[in-house]
Amino acid sequence: MMTFLTIVAVFLVLFVIGQVLGVFELSAKLRGRNVYDVTEKESKVQSVMMLVFLAAYFTFILWQVNKWGGSTLPVPASLHGVTTDTLLSITWWIIIPMFVLTHILLFYFAFKYVYNKNRRAEYFAHSNKLELIWTAVPTIVLTILILYGLNTWNSITTPLTDDVDHIKMELYAKQFDWTARYSGADNKLGSADVHLIDATNPVGLDVRDENGNDDIIVKGEFHLPVNVPVQFNFRSQDVIHSAYMPHFRAQMNCVPGMTTKFKFTPTITTAEMKQITKNPDFNYVLLCNKICGAAHYNMQMAIIVESQEDFDKWLAGQKPFKAEEAPAMEVEKTVVEDTAVEAVEQVEADKAEI
Amino acid sequence: MSGNHHHHEEDFIFKYIFSQDHKMIAKQFLITGGLMGFVGIIMSVIFRLQLGWQGEPFPFLESFMGDWAPNGVLDPDKYLALVTLHGTIMVFFLLTAGLSGTFSNLLIPLQIGARDMASGFLNMLSYWFFFMSSMVMISSIFVEGGPASAGWTIYPPLSALPQAIPGSGLGMTLWLTSMALFIVGSLLGSLNYIVTIMNLRTKGMSMTRMPLTIWAFLITAILGVLSFPVLLSAALLLIFDRSFGTSFYLSDIFIGGKVLEYDGGSPILFEHLFWFLGHPEVYIILLPALGLSSEIISTNSRKPIFGYRAMIGSMLAIALLSFLVWGHHMFVTGMNPFLGAVFTFTTLLVAIPSAVKVFNYLTTLWKGNIVYTPAMLFSIGLVSTFITGGLTGIILGDSALDINVHDTYFVVGHFHIVMGLSAAFGMIAGVYHWFPKMFGRMMNNKLGYAHFWTTIVSAYGVFFPMHFLGLAGIPRRYYTNSNFPLFDDFIDMNQMISVFAILAFLAQLIFAYNFFYSIFKGQRAPQNPWRSNTLDWTTPVEHLHGNWPGEIPEVHRWPYDYSKPGAEEDFIPQTVPLAEGEFDEGHTEDEH
Repeated sequence: MMTFLTIVAVFLVLFVIGQVLGVFELSAKLRGRNVYDVTEKESKVQSVMMLVFLAAYFTFILWQVNKWGGSTLPVPASLHGVTTDTLLSITWWIIIPMFVLTHILLFYFAFKYVYNKNRRAEYFAHSNKLELIWTAVPTIVLTILILYGLNTWNSITTPLTDDVDHIKMELYAKQFDWTARYSGADNKLGSADVHLIDATNPVGLDVRDENGNDDIIVKGEFHLPVNVPVQFNFRSQDVIHSAYMPHFRAQMNCVPGMTTKFKFTPTITTAEMKQITKNPDFNYVLLCNKICGAAHYNMQMAIIVESQEDFDKWLAGQKPFKAEEAPAMEVEKTVVEDTAVEAVEQVEADKAEI
Repeated sequence: MSGNHHHHEEDFIFKYIFSQDHKMIAKQFLITGGLMGFVGIIMSVIFRLQLGWQGEPFPFLESFMGDWAPNGVLDPDKYLALVTLHGTIMVFFLLTAGLSGTFSNLLIPLQIGARDMASGFLNMLSYWFFFMSSMVMISSIFVEGGPASAGWTIYPPLSALPQAIPGSGLGMTLWLTSMALFIVGSLLGSLNYIVTIMNLRTKGMSMTRMPLTIWAFLITAILGVLSFPVLLSAALLLIFDRSFGTSFYLSDIFIGGKVLEYDGGSPILFEHLFWFLGHPEVYIILLPALGLSSEIISTNSRKPIFGYRAMIGSMLAIALLSFLVWGHHMFVTGMNPFLGAVFTFTTLLVAIPSAVKVFNYLTTLWKGNIVYTPAMLFSIGLVSTFITGGLTGIILGDSALDINVHDTYFVVGHFHIVMGLSAAFGMIAGVYHWFPKMFGRMMNNKLGYAHFWTTIVSAYGVFFPMHFLGLAGIPRRYYTNSNFPLFDDFIDMNQMISVFAILAFLAQLIFAYNFFYSIFKGQRAPQNPWRSNTLDWTTPVEHLHGNWPGEIPEVHRWPYDYSKPGAEEDFIPQTVPLAEGEFDEGHTEDEH
């Protein structure tokens, strides 16, 4: 019924507009002027609107900065994140003045040079000098940005070498959850193969590879020691996912059939970040940032950054892949299944909530 | 069927349906593309309802969407389907076929002085391939499992495996079929545009006397011919993987409790092929809009476009660079960092010709004598969105910065403003400006003004706030943000965006009303309503097959002699011979 009434209402409104237009045109014809010629007065009104819009647009932006500027990501929690954010600030300092300047010029010209039948536009077809200026200036500015940007990019993407103390670990993606694997005491990740995946071997570790025996597999949350570089490997078992850790300014796709890499050094513990953000519930998070299916929006894992001692304690409490025999595996299995089931259940729950 | 003895008479079918007249084909493209755009916008309103009021029921949705929205709440799978189809329809059907198909067809013969396209028959085929493609895409909505749902970029394995998402069954097959048809139509059209522009220019119409619209259509067509076949091959290989068990894109997959047989393929290969089209596609969408707005801004400023040759040069530079920057969509795929560095370099270079274009637009307005037609308003809107959206591209194109905003709402805000809004504004401006040429009647200005101001306000209201969502780390294509306490600050923003999205949709109803009302009831158009210089306005208002009743006019000057000192009127059509000693800006060296 509501639908029907809405449709009727829409048609009525359209009908009224049509009638009003008809009357408007008729009366204009009677007054002997062509309604479709844009009159000087009409142009004048639009030109004033241009200034009004400029003011409204800038006000709207300032209002947004004021309202939501503080809700964007807090200070970077990684070493390279500081460099990234500095580069971002520099870029903003170039972009914002350009934005303001060009918008003021655009809408001011649009206001000032409105049609006047007693005036004539200036015949100004080109100027090599002006065009040289606005080719050269952006070129110089961009050269600086490119050099700075590439320098940052190189330092972010250069993999860690073995002479630097670091942790090697893997983030493993599947619909719709994450698994973290630590390389254990030998700091070497055991090799894995998709054909070896079963209920007791969720990431397909190859038991013949001794490097994998001490690997530690965890679900739900993973921990990192503060100020220790971490070299991540990423894998996926089904579709493309993306491991996004926004607080660390880190992201890398997880692609089935290949291993991708990213490294960063966390610099702020979870406890410290709770204070910085004044949010006692704050938690770092790993989320999926590549469309991967129905529960894409709920594919997450918590990250805890803590002191080295706390981290060691936590890690010691986790079971290595091959430490114990079958009964332990059974425990592992239920944990694994639970998290995957949880994500799907969440979708069902969201559907059922209605 | 009309016999030979009265071949000027055309019956209904050949005049309106299987027409080979470029003006009719242009209208067919406009109306089909417009209707597809309407579907695309409605889809966005539906998923904005979910994003604005996450999980709240809207019972009327169930009344027409059935099990897509059980109890009035959009299903997560169907949310992805809507997002996917919205992207596909807006990018390809509205802003590629609807924009380029309409205005290339309408304006190329009219503005270069040709009786029709080089091949009227291929031109007709190009429309009908587009039409079939539209029908296949729409039909995919109704099949079991739903339409394609892997995002408009359809990355495998998600798009290859029905086990991964239900839309990757028959829906995806239809998506691929539709795109194959679309590409065939697009290629037929583009080849025709290129051949026509190169060969059928009237006497005196040298390349440097062509309006910027024609330059834009030419460059667009070349981009299309070079890049669309790559998408076709990407789609074909995906069809092989999906239907014939090949492994171009797939490897090492464990899904639904078992290992699949695929081995040795790479999803990254698909991304490379996709974006090799995908990035030029951005300019296939944008360049025609820039061409149309250049023409409209010059005409209505009563002033020559500033830096005509620089405008052509910058379009050529953008077109060349557009083939060298596709990797910036893939900075976080794990590709070689050195490759990423090269793509950063080439991507940021695009800012230079773009800056030239912006400053040339501004200088064109400076000391002009601006007449505010609705077309002019939308063209100025285009300059604003081109700047706003273009500048954030400097952040996304910088690989080091892209890492943290990649695939977030920052990207959604960026490309909707720079590509979506700019191209849509250019297209709408084109419709207002050339409506008299298409339908012989004028559109209503008052409604046009109302349309513009409601549109630009609501459009910025939708897309500007998205930058903040992105800077807060909110990924795109999330059905709801409520599973992350981090994002709770943005509940009211998402509502505001949705309200503006609904307003933006309603604003387009004003346009649709004005459009259809004016086709039948609009004021009769004079021959040259905007006092314009180009050849299109020398044709009679009533459409003739062959465009000019007598000889095709000869061209003597460039198209931008507005307010030329010494002339009586503030415009001198291209057909007016040069006066003794008069200098023509469009001259070429060999003419001396």
